[in-house]
Amino acid sequence: MTREKMSDLSYVNHPVPKVDSESLVTGKAVYTNDLAPSDCLIVKIVRSPYAHALIKEIDTARACAVPGIECVLTYKDCPDKRFTLAGQTYPEPSPYDRLILDQRMRFVGDAAAIVAGVSEEAVRKAMKLVRIKYEVLEPVLDFRKAKDNPVLVHPEDNWRSLCSVGADNKRNLCAHDECGEGDIDAVIASCDYVVDRVYHTKANQQAMMETFRTYTYLDAYGRLNVVSSTQVPFHVRRILANALDIPKHRVRVIKPRIGGGFGAKQTSVSEIYPAIVTWKTGRPAKIIFTREEALTASSPRHEMELHVRVGADKDGRIRGIDLHTLSNTGAFGEHGPTTVGLSGHKSIPLYGKTDAFRFTYDVVYTNVMSAGAYRGYGATQGIFAVESAVNELAEKMGMDPTVLREKNLVREGQVMPAYYNERTDSCALDRCLARAKEMIGWDRKYPFYECGNGKVRGVGVAMAMQGSGISHVDTGSVAIKMNDDGFYSLMVGATDMGTGCDTILAQMAAECLECSMEDIVVHGVDTDISPYDTGSYASSTTYVTGMAVVKTCEKLRGKICSVGAGYLGCQAEDVQFDGVNVTNLKNGESISRKEIGNKVMCFSNEALSASEAFSSPTSPPPFMAGIAEVEIDKETGEVEMVDYAAVVDCGTVVNPALARVQVEGGIAQGIGMALFEDIVYNEKGKNYSNSFMQYKIPSRLDVGRIRVEFESSYEPTGPFGAKSIGEIVINTPSPAIANAVQNAAGVIIRELPITAEKVYMGMMEKKKE
Amino acid sequence: MEIRFILNQKQVAVDAAPDAVLMNVLRDLGCKSVKCGCETTNCGLCTVWIDGKSRLSCSVLAAGVAGREVTTLEGVEEEAAEFGRFLAEEGAEQCGFCSPGFIMNVLAMVKEFEERDAASGSGVWDIEEIKEYLAGNLCRCTGYMGQLRAIQNYMAERRGAAEGREMKEVQA
Repeated sequence: MTREKMSDLSYVNHPVPKVDSESLVTGKAVYTNDLAPSDCLIVKIVRSPYAHALIKEIDTARACAVPGIECVLTYKDCPDKRFTLAGQTYPEPSPYDRLILDQRMRFVGDAAAIVAGVSEEAVRKAMKLVRIKYEVLEPVLDFRKAKDNPVLVHPEDNWRSLCSVGADNKRNLCAHDECGEGDIDAVIASCDYVVDRVYHTKANQQAMMETFRTYTYLDAYGRLNVVSSTQVPFHVRRILANALDIPKHRVRVIKPRIGGGFGAKQTSVSEIYPAIVTWKTGRPAKIIFTREEALTASSPRHEMELHVRVGADKDGRIRGIDLHTLSNTGAFGEHGPTTVGLSGHKSIPLYGKTDAFRFTYDVVYTNVMSAGAYRGYGATQGIFAVESAVNELAEKMGMDPTVLREKNLVREGQVMPAYYNERTDSCALDRCLARAKEMIGWDRKYPFYECGNGKVRGVGVAMAMQGSGISHVDTGSVAIKMNDDGFYSLMVGATDMGTGCDTILAQMAAECLECSMEDIVVHGVDTDISPYDTGSYASSTTYVTGMAVVKTCEKLRGKICSVGAGYLGCQAEDVQFDGVNVTNLKNGESISRKEIGNKVMCFSNEALSASEAFSSPTSPPPFMAGIAEVEIDKETGEVEMVDYAAVVDCGTVVNPALARVQVEGGIAQGIGMALFEDIVYNEKGKNYSNSFMQYKIPSRLDVGRIRVEFESSYEPTGPFGAKSIGEIVINTPSPAIANAVQNAAGVIIRELPITAEKVYMGMMEKKKE
Repeated sequence: MEIRFILNQKQVAVDAAPDAVLMNVLRDLGCKSVKCGCETTNCGLCTVWIDGKSRLSCSVLAAGVAGREVTTLEGVEEEAAEFGRFLAEEGAEQCGFCSPGFIMNVLAMVKEFEERDAASGSGVWDIEEIKEYLAGNLCRCTGYMGQLRAIQNYMAERRGAAEGREMKEVQA
């Protein structure tokens, strides 16, 4: 693709409103629970009160006798073939360690029985009458002691790992790997300055406003139809076929509008329950997770402990980074083997002048809620650790942390050994950092300034990268057909979860086909109809599916030209299509798109449609710099957000309004992670963070001001030069805010969240010194 | 028990249990804009108006609105669409799941502030005041900045339109 002049673009790089905005702002019934038939059976789950237990007896007779109860299912009713709920391309790296219902309970909240009935009241009543006798077992709750613990989370023999990820269920190990380049120990030993620290990030909830939900029914062909709030419809089809042990052709998955995902819905959290009810009873069924369930039996971010060693020479060249990550996948291995990889592969390559690096990791099973995918997908945790270590290194060297970064940051054209030796063909990280410094007034404010009222303000910095899809894996396909009057149907398998991908893909199509947005109708995902797409995750849609749109449009334009030439009685080489007319350049005769669209519906042997797929051997990273300004109350240690300057290089910005909101939203989530959000368990493994009373996500009073700008590079392999935006945006707040606290109060917090208590205690320690 | 109230300017009578929650009753009556996000009165998604004031319909018994006037987004569709255009211009409706409750509270706020301004003659709206008014409306997608830009643009246009009307009146 040639490099376009941005000013020549009509739709790409313009803030086009979302194609579904009107129905969303007027509250139309477009979400899963709005669409579910009113006669759906209500499905609810009886959950384990123990972190680790075996069901010795389960008696459902009294529950079944409650009027209105259709069925009560236990592990005895479910296939004994293990599968994973992770929405990943087959063969999934996540181990096959699940059953729909299992005899072994692996966390407080694990599913023990499924109850389905005609009303909420009947089901609630029946749930209380399911009699379960548990043999309570000792749980593994400390992830630092999980590996090779005599207590096994998955002792079963039919556990299986499909990919070589270093998993071993007899060691509580979900994954293990080591990689590196150069002699890291020798390099670190010869460095003038070395920082050797351990950082701890907690599990976090995506907390999308719409909880997990699904309804299911059998259609006229006896097939299982599944309408679900999911990011991965095609993977859900496979997961349900695996779970129910039925052929894939018996399953159809439809994605309506989704009330947010952030990765949570890249795991098939809710689908299996109504699916088995409908499959067994033939009746429509739905499950709506309560917020409590969504906070206690879902798919949060992996807790990680990260040991970083980083060394530099006396001039400030960072010569080596050594990272070991211990990741807690909880009771099941969804996304365990893959998230951990990003903790090193998306943090170490930020520094472009190293002589050596090493990255090793273990992922362990424990008896807490299973982790999953959350925006950033391990990069967030790794970047908190590596960026915090670099900030500590700067302090040790007496150097401004932005200056240390300017000396070392990765630049365009460099090969990144820790990023699979990919070369950065597009990188404006240097400009991002320079602009963020200007926006915040770094040189004026660094490291801190007194406010005079017992409060002090400090600034802190961090950088980040992510990928654009999974190289060699993610596949997006697109189909476009022309209809009567020449309007187009754009069929995508990528799942708009509120982010606006239906819109930006339509923008690209309108650009390529030189038509207006109104000429394109977008069809959401239906696995029976939509072309295959891995789904919306791994920051893939703009880059991967976007390229599929560009390829499909090129093909369709060729067809339009040839069909138009046929009607004009000339050769296809002689015509030109300008989006409205096909014109014979030799005699000026033309036929309109509208006429072509109508003509092909009569006595035609040519279908005016095209479908193309795209997959990439590389995953071009977007880059960004974030600078936080915080105010600290010296009496209480309370940290308040004042300002956040974020500058992002996502290549060409396809839709400036939607991209800006992605950045602002990601930073607000990152602020939540940095300052408030924490999943707290008691000593028996009970999750205390089970409502928005305990699990506090930021309100509009908690985020300060968030300012966003773009410094675009041009990615030659992306559609119109674009890279991804969705995930990178959550990665800078934790390390930047920690650094601002470090600069303002002299206190270094290495375990998130950065609460007032931790800062206060740190200030007290410092006073003693 | 039978409960009679006015829903979106129409008299309705529903048969509901004494412990039925207003939110569920409204959804059953077809007001699908009313959403549930938390069950603990933290999120603001279920905001409706009772006698013109914003209330969380998840924490009001249906029996409590007997004889009163309930308004959901379906009842103010035109105003919602008008403000919604500003929201969409910023891309700040995003997933849209919190939009109905948020928009109900924005419209209530604008009405309240404009009435206050009309009484006092002043017209300066403090951003902090706006943020505090809407603090109970959580949003996980936008980071709130785009919502604030939409509100400011919407209010500026309303003020412009009002001033325009005054100008015309003066000219006339």
